[in-house]
Amino acid sequence: MKREHVIDLYFMEARAKLIDLAAFLDRVDRAPGADDFRMAALRKALLELPATHRDRAKSVLLSLSDPTTDPLPVANIKAACGAWPDSK
Amino acid sequence: MRYIEPHAHMVSRTTDDYLAMATSGCQAVCEPAFWAGFDRRSVSGFYDYFRQLTDYEPKRAAKFGLAHYCWLCLNPKEAEDLKLADEVLGIIPEFLNRPSVLGIGEIGLNKNSRNELAVFEKHVDLAARHSQLILIHTPHLEDKLKGTRLIVDALKADKRIAPERVIIDHVEEHTIQLVLEAGFWAGMTLYPESKCTAARAVDMVELYGNERLWMNSACDWGVSVPLAVPRAALEMRQRGHTAEEVDKMIYDNPRRFLSQSKNFREKS
Repeated sequence: MKREHVIDLYFMEARAKLIDLAAFLDRVDRAPGADDFRMAALRKALLELPATHRDRAKSVLLSLSDPTTDPLPVANIKAACGAWPDSK
Repeated sequence: MRYIEPHAHMVSRTTDDYLAMATSGCQAVCEPAFWAGFDRRSVSGFYDYFRQLTDYEPKRAAKFGLAHYCWLCLNPKEAEDLKLADEVLGIIPEFLNRPSVLGIGEIGLNKNSRNELAVFEKHVDLAARHSQLILIHTPHLEDKLKGTRLIVDALKADKRIAPERVIIDHVEEHTIQLVLEAGFWAGMTLYPESKCTAARAVDMVELYGNERLWMNSACDWGVSVPLAVPRAALEMRQRGHTAEEVDKMIYDNPRRFLSQSKNFREKS
């Protein structure tokens, strides 16, 4: 598929998602209170998007992942939240 | 267009969904055992669930001309109770000879705990002892990378397990290579928010090839789309994939993997 075709197919969808993300960041900033680890992880993941990067989707997923290797002693909760709490 | 839905939790869906799938070209639907949305309190709850999967649900699907198959297990979300897990593992062999059972699944990990891993390894042992195919659930979101690594390591450590008889599901861009390079099949789950979209799934087909790969809706009681597979087929066609390439991804690949079970029969 040629680049022009890719852009024709997906540009408007990507544009809408980008504006949604920008609006979300604005909404968070307007709200009283402090960020939590999820916002820190999201802001860090945004750094994986520069034009010079490749495999951006993979890099964003890795950035949001638990990088440790040992099993947890016990599963106290069932749900995942989308970001690793100890992400720096 | 024809397709196989290799992963759908139809006990949570309506007859309208069966009708929509059948009229969209679905030939067969495969239902892994999963979490009910709450923890079951006894082995009796699982016994009745396995009866539902092996007896009642095939009849419900047949009303729409659909073949219905299932996989059996205790879900990793319920693996912290080791006594209950052992009891459930104890009743599964009674169901393995039923004509619509494909194997053990969806087993795997959820939060990557020690007990989850222990129960996963017991399921793998059960599958090996009974020569069953294995369908594996990988964890959600931030837990997926670690869980996929733990699962692949555990499977590689068990020399009885043939990688081509195992499908590791819910892969994304950061786990697909790990799964395929180890010789396993990989499943891509098409969800509106988590897991992957149709566009990303087709990206992965283009990046990693169309061997040992399938797509599924994993539709259940949560936000999910029973027609996600035929919609992904449309995405492939919009991107210039041929009808034969689409057929390979949504029909022939699942048929090839599932045909390793003596219970899977291609619709004539």
